[in-house]
Amino acid sequence: MGAKKNRDKNRDAPAAAAAEPTAETSAAGQEGQPPPEPKPPVQVLYCAVCSFPPEYCEFGSSLSKCKEWLQDAHSDLFQKYYSDEALQAKIGTLSLEAQSKLEQDAAKKEAKAEAKADAAVKKKLASRITIKRIERNKRKHVTAIHGLEAFGIDLKKAAKQFASKFATGASVTKNPQGQDEIVIQGDVSDDVLEMIEEEVGLLKGIPADNVEIVEDKKKKPGD
Amino acid sequence: MFKKFSTSTDIAGQTPVKTSVQRSLRTTVLSQWKIEPETLDVIWPKKEGLVHVKCREHLSIYTVHGEPIFFQHFDGPIYPTLRVLHKYPYILPMVRVDRGAIRFLLAGAHMMCPGLTSAGGYLPPPGEALAAETPVAIHAEGKEHAVGIGITKMGSEEMRKVNKGVGVETVTYLGDDLWAVQTI
Repeated sequence: MGAKKNRDKNRDAPAAAAAEPTAETSAAGQEGQPPPEPKPPVQVLYCAVCSFPPEYCEFGSSLSKCKEWLQDAHSDLFQKYYSDEALQAKIGTLSLEAQSKLEQDAAKKEAKAEAKADAAVKKKLASRITIKRIERNKRKHVTAIHGLEAFGIDLKKAAKQFASKFATGASVTKNPQGQDEIVIQGDVSDDVLEMIEEEVGLLKGIPADNVEIVEDKKKKPGD
Repeated sequence: MFKKFSTSTDIAGQTPVKTSVQRSLRTTVLSQWKIEPETLDVIWPKKEGLVHVKCREHLSIYTVHGEPIFFQHFDGPIYPTLRVLHKYPYILPMVRVDRGAIRFLLAGAHMMCPGLTSAGGYLPPPGEALAAETPVAIHAEGKEHAVGIGITKMGSEEMRKVNKGVGVETVTYLGDDLWAVQTI
């Protein structure tokens, strides 16, 4: 009986270890028969700019920015990766031409990435948001908001926010052009504009000049 | 596999995994990776539900708390994600490519034999030869951390002998779209 109890205890121990790995590592030394311990993970540092481990920054598209970051945040590592000796050692087995080609490629890639980022910012500034009031029948309207996603807003969450704010239904639907837009029940176009101007909740970083309100009257049948 | 992958269009659905299925998955993982059950428990705690994220083309990603832990294509081997591999580098056998191959690998290319057999490369010695179709961690010359995960297309001895063509097919690599996905 006693032996069985003991065995049960042993069986429980690894489960407990799994639940609290940090506590386990410190406590294991005192126990008579420590249960098999989980191996601690290797802590890997990732570059804050390109998300690669810093040793791979040189292959990324933002080397100069990564270098700056590394020098600021981890100057010891910067020495390790970018000091003259390290650069010499890195060339290693690679021929000189291949090395210069690599550098050229990196520079090219960086320029490309920068141009791309610029274009993205420009596009963001140029993109417009339309708030459209659509007539459903004579006195009922829905409001469709189009173009929010260009400003990095999660449409689903924004719809939820509108729904709770106006206490109506709001959903993300595809319009006939196949783009996502938020449709809110009721005529709330002015309120939405106000919300965007005041940057309520999720609606951040939208220049008010980019927002326009349009009205869409339902065509009469037979017209 | 993950050169083009976007969470908004490529995911078909997410479902929690049944406990019985989780159990069989756990034994599969333990048999395929070189990992102790205790360590696996840290990566994937028993109490936490595993979520199966179904993607296009029979690709399954398994996540814990929205964080991808491992993935599987159809019935193939189970690969850890690169972030998990960085934390536990010993779970897969390693091969190494020379420096010249890194930039191609980072563009998603498969690894050719010469890059593995040259001076900067590394293949396990004949005593521990790898069979074909083994998941491997791809390291790079002069670098500490793995740069990708692949599957061998021929045995390591064959790679030495033939020294031509694709040796390791790249499955996921640093900077691909799976790398960009930190949580689903």
